[in-house]
Amino acid sequence: MADFDTPELKDFLETPALCPGSMEHSKPFVAAPVHQEALGFPGELVENWQEKAIDRMGELLDTNRALRVYLDSCVKCGACTDKCHYFLGTGDPKNMPVARQDLFRKVYRRNFTTAGKYVPWLVGAEDLTEETLDDWYSYFHQCSQCRRCSVYCPYGIDTAEISMAARDIMDHIGIGQKYSNEIIGKLHKIGNNLGLPEPALANTLEGLEEDIEDETGIDVKLPLDVQGAEILLVTPSADFFAEPHVDGLIGYAKVFHAAGASWTISSYASEAANFAMFIGSQEQMREVAQRIWQAARDLGVKRIILGECGHAWRVAYSFWDTLVGPFDFLDPAYPMPMHICEYTDDLINQEKLRLNKAANDEMTLTFHDSCNVARATSMGGRPGGQFEIPRAVIKAVCNNFHDMADDTIHEATFCCGGGGGLLTDDLTELRVKGAKPRMQALNAVVEDHGVTHMAAICAICKSQFSKVMPYYGLEMDAIVSVHQLVSNAIVLEGSIQEEELDGTGEDDETGESLAAEDDVAAIEG
Amino acid sequence: MPTVTVIYALLFYVATAVLIVGLGFKIRQYWRTPQPLKIPTTPAPMTGSGVVMRMMREVVIFESLFKSNKWIWIFGWVFHAAMAVALLRHFRYFTEPVWGWVVLVQPFGVYAGFAMMLGLAGLLVRRIVVARVRYITSPSDILFLLLLLAIGATGLSMKFVSPTDIIGLKAFMLGLMYLDWQPLPEDANLLIHLGLVISLMIFFPFSKLLHAPGLFFSPSRNQPDDVRMKRHPGAFEAENQARGT
Repeated sequence: MADFDTPELKDFLETPALCPGSMEHSKPFVAAPVHQEALGFPGELVENWQEKAIDRMGELLDTNRALRVYLDSCVKCGACTDKCHYFLGTGDPKNMPVARQDLFRKVYRRNFTTAGKYVPWLVGAEDLTEETLDDWYSYFHQCSQCRRCSVYCPYGIDTAEISMAARDIMDHIGIGQKYSNEIIGKLHKIGNNLGLPEPALANTLEGLEEDIEDETGIDVKLPLDVQGAEILLVTPSADFFAEPHVDGLIGYAKVFHAAGASWTISSYASEAANFAMFIGSQEQMREVAQRIWQAARDLGVKRIILGECGHAWRVAYSFWDTLVGPFDFLDPAYPMPMHICEYTDDLINQEKLRLNKAANDEMTLTFHDSCNVARATSMGGRPGGQFEIPRAVIKAVCNNFHDMADDTIHEATFCCGGGGGLLTDDLTELRVKGAKPRMQALNAVVEDHGVTHMAAICAICKSQFSKVMPYYGLEMDAIVSVHQLVSNAIVLEGSIQEEELDGTGEDDETGESLAAEDDVAAIEG
Repeated sequence: MPTVTVIYALLFYVATAVLIVGLGFKIRQYWRTPQPLKIPTTPAPMTGSGVVMRMMREVVIFESLFKSNKWIWIFGWVFHAAMAVALLRHFRYFTEPVWGWVVLVQPFGVYAGFAMMLGLAGLLVRRIVVARVRYITSPSDILFLLLLLAIGATGLSMKFVSPTDIIGLKAFMLGLMYLDWQPLPEDANLLIHLGLVISLMIFFPFSKLLHAPGLFFSPSRNQPDDVRMKRHPGAFEAENQARGT
């Protein structure tokens, strides 16, 4: 079906030769008027779009220090040129972070700097022409806002900020991206990205309860809209039925059950994802986040916990307080918000969970650091906690774990290729090619260390990998949720799993089960 | 007073004014523009003192660039460090008596001049030879390197090829500072050297040289990751507070 070639994985990741224009054709579908207008943007390209675009650029420059400083500071040193996964996967020079920024910077210079006004040819300043706008639409939708370039820039210039600004300007002149804007509209209307109404959600959760009961023999609840619950769980709506996301949700439910926690999901705010970040609209981002603030207050919860979602964790951790805070009605004894991995890790450290690592023995795991978690947040109240805590959880529930190469994990992690509002079928070629650096690193540990599965804590990463892995000859279910692993290993009191484990003392037939018992003992201390 | 002296004296005043006012304007603009959200990039320290340390590492050893690309780092760092030493050495033309530490720097200044040329040459070669860097290069990027190379070359040639009248130059400089103009030695090398420095000062606030103040205002580098400890109220704070409880 693909009318493009999947990049070939080699022994090492090579920097491609420049192929100018090779991804010029890659453009997501343009938002229909109805999707634009639902967010208060003009339905189609406005008449005086050049003027409007420059006006909007001026407003952003006056209200966003990062944008202004980043546009002025680049010296074109080239440090970022080989850092973007989309460049590494496509060789299109406009996918080099600095070249992508320059599509914006040249217009900035022409309209807002002395040098650009008087000697444009000298400093690469240009007017916003139709051709440039075309480039903007194409290449600012080939940036997943993963911030890898920002780590390596000597001034910390973050292309994500510039691509957000460019998308915001395009929205303001009437050419938004269908995928993101349609989804944001659904969220405003129904409360989640999938457009899943309350009855369907209730039904789904009940179904999951039945699945868990079949598996464990235990009545584990997935409560919905429980007034006065202590914890509000906000999780990406993909967790409600996409694979492997849903196995993660089952994992959270089992952890809450094991901890005896009082928790609930909200049907009003049944979405952790906040796609408004992708389109760079603070107003939209605030409106989306406001639902969660409202739900938390209305339900009277004491704390909010976020499920496995990368950019949602960024928005929640870094932006919520600014956008919709203060959350002064929550219990200040808990961090606001808390990540589900922090919650589970705490319970593991307090030895409150019984875990049978052997349950995951058929897998050898590696962990994909999701970009927004890795480069824009932390966990556990310490720098680097965002790397340690998910790994600590995995290692507590699995015997076999092997990290990918150092220059592809932690803050150097490669984006899955589908972040930043690009997880849409109209961008399949880009997504497949952009996944190349991650696939390369994964393939290396598959071959050298027998890794069979990669775990992640981001709904977008999970969906993206299950789609693109087959292109690279990997099974689509080789991507798993971290809490899916927890779910496999957790031994609930009174469950079938507990019976099986504790019964082995009598049968006592293999060394394997003894080893498994040792693991349980180790965790139980 | 000779015409050349008058022209250079006036140019120096203009250039100094443009540099100070221009930079002052940009710094004020950066200072006053709000940063809407917390966006530090990992590895982000969680405290203010951590940010100071991070910034110092960026300024002194170019930490991020080191992680990024060893060639750009070595050329870029050598150029900047050598230029700093060479600049410090020039303090002797502006101070009477010459400050003690300037005397100490003095012997290194000459080596620094050569190191600076080497670093700049490396950056220029990269800019031309590496296709990725060539792609993102504007004429101004090349011209700045040539300008700095020419400043270095004329400076070094005054030391090694045809020494200029240093005593006369110093008298001119001190005269500029104390508004008691003295004639500028009319040596071609010196006039070119000073002319290029004057143009660099004038270009500074209008060019990518703004990366110097820019680094200090870069939110991904200067913000601590302290969202759990401190609030960061933004544009919506008043509206949020008015929501009532």
